Amino acid sequence: MADKPIQGEKRMFMTGNEVCAYAALAANVDVMYGYPITPQNEIMHYWTRLAPKHNRTFLQTEDEISAGFTTCGGVMSGKRCFTATAGPGNTLMQEAMSMAEMMRIPAVFIIQQRGGPSTATVIYSQQEVTMTCFGANGEGLRVVYSTSSHQELFDYTIKSFNVAWKYRFPTFVLGDGYQAKMRESVTIYDPEVRGIKMVDTYPLVGLPGMPGVDRDPAHLRNTYNTEEELYEVVKDLVDAYEKMAPEIVEHSTMECDDADVVILCHGIVSRAAIEAVRNLRAAGVKAGFFRPITLRPFAKDALRPIAEKAKKLLIVESSQGQFAKIVTDALYGLTTPMETIFKPGLGITSDEIVNKVKAMI
Amino acid sequence: MTVATVLEPKMPKCWRQETKPHKFCPGCGHGDILKALGTAIDELGIQDRVVFGCDIGCSLLSWDLFNCDSIQTHHGRTTPVMTGVKRARPDRICIAYMGDGGGYAIGSQHLVNAASRNEKILVIVANNVQYGMTGGQMAPTTLPGMKTETSPYGRDPESTGNPTLGPEMVAAITPASAYVARGTMANLRQLTQMFKKALQNQIDGNGFSFVEALSACPTNWRTNAAKTWEFVEKEMTKYFKVGELKAPAKKEGQ
Repeated sequence: MADKPIQGEKRMFMTGNEVCAYAALAANVDVMYGYPITPQNEIMHYWTRLAPKHNRTFLQTEDEISAGFTTCGGVMSGKRCFTATAGPGNTLMQEAMSMAEMMRIPAVFIIQQRGGPSTATVIYSQQEVTMTCFGANGEGLRVVYSTSSHQELFDYTIKSFNVAWKYRFPTFVLGDGYQAKMRESVTIYDPEVRGIKMVDTYPLVGLPGMPGVDRDPAHLRNTYNTEEELYEVVKDLVDAYEKMAPEIVEHSTMECDDADVVILCHGIVSRAAIEAVRNLRAAGVKAGFFRPITLRPFAKDALRPIAEKAKKLLIVESSQGQFAKIVTDALYGLTTPMETIFKPGLGITSDEIVNKVKAMI
Repeated sequence: MTVATVLEPKMPKCWRQETKPHKFCPGCGHGDILKALGTAIDELGIQDRVVFGCDIGCSLLSWDLFNCDSIQTHHGRTTPVMTGVKRARPDRICIAYMGDGGGYAIGSQHLVNAASRNEKILVIVANNVQYGMTGGQMAPTTLPGMKTETSPYGRDPESTGNPTLGPEMVAAITPASAYVARGTMANLRQLTQMFKKALQNQIDGNGFSFVEALSACPTNWRTNAAKTWEFVEKEMTKYFKVGELKAPAKKEGQ
């Protein structure tokens, strides 16, 4: 067997895309399928440089539709496979993602959000929240991790493969162009040294034995004949998703216990919010911070008591309320006043948040 | 005393008896084409290595037809799904089965690029010159002047172009190691041989294999048996020439 791509632990200074490629290697991924789109390209660039040294492969497809479907095919063959995309590529890939939802294909998708709608910018946004969580004709039966740092990109990329294969729902690492392109310090590691065991993969087709003789053939489909038949199938999918949800839902909080204003945000915006809370506390303002790490499933049960106790809520995001829709859905019935900072496609600084909170109290 | 004899319909060994009769309309070409494919799989002895993929449209009704592992995918996306399987599991024999809409319209970019990359899979397009499952709309293969639901006055090549010549296109963009042919449900012995050669080409690891099979849709054509056969044998072959377009020479020692 080839040497492990990462021996032990290593402190590195690298871009987020490079981190994702290393994480996929460390997670023992077999195949990456992909199509060029900014700002995720370097995931492919690093993967194509590193993978052949460790007997892993890559296929550059004709578009993101194909990248999504070849990934599904590879995963159904029992291999750990992933793809990465952004913006309009994420739009095209929704078709394959919905097949993954229906057929419970444990594919992993890394999304580095760029501006939208349309071609927009290649740089940054949080405007792919709705699409990544609920895209295509489906019910949003996906696991979505919204990361905020390179360390999280590494940790959650590895975790995504394990969650995908343990629970068999398509799993997403939702980053953004800032995380993709900037360099920062990160500890990369062989999962084993952290006590992380990679969940075994297994084939859904191409099973051993003669079908019809030694075993039944695997007949996998996503089409159904009647409303009732489909209803039973989707009900089972939803039940399995809801059973999984409490086991994997994640969030983090800071200084929420006595907070007058709780800031709600996700992804890289949390870094500005943490800084803002520190500054506000230093200035004697009781600010706190709540951040869902899984956008799907959403940490509703953890958020509601915090939101109920707070005097005011502030939702901050680099999109026009896509995250706020998830939050308000979770908080239905509460009457805590809420204000927002919506900056579609634009980065948000701690100063903006500090000033807004000060204006709210 | 009389002994009741039940005549078992003859079907390929790799067909799954429990799901027969199959789900296609009476007179449909899919059953015959898939019988030829099943015979080819039997004769090559590869049933346990086949991963069969079918598209959306009438081809999806084959999702449980074989005693082979099968994946029913999305419209036009069978080619990339089978490409993904083959790339991850090169020891499998991957067959992507679709209609002319899936192959030449919504999935054409996948066909062109899988062929250009010389993917080691077999793509089969059943060509019945219209969209069957959605109720008989014009397809890329609809013959000039032919009436369909979306060309009710007859297909006008001036505004909608000429029928797509799939094997000719694939032959033009593949290397010599590809196998490309057009067969017909009207000659199942020849079609079976084409499938065998196409599958052997994949087994040998040569390259892309592509077979178009001329097929019939009496339901949407609104034709009786005689008219159906006349259309398949006489009208379609005026446009779609039956035969091999590309057959790699056998490797030495085989």
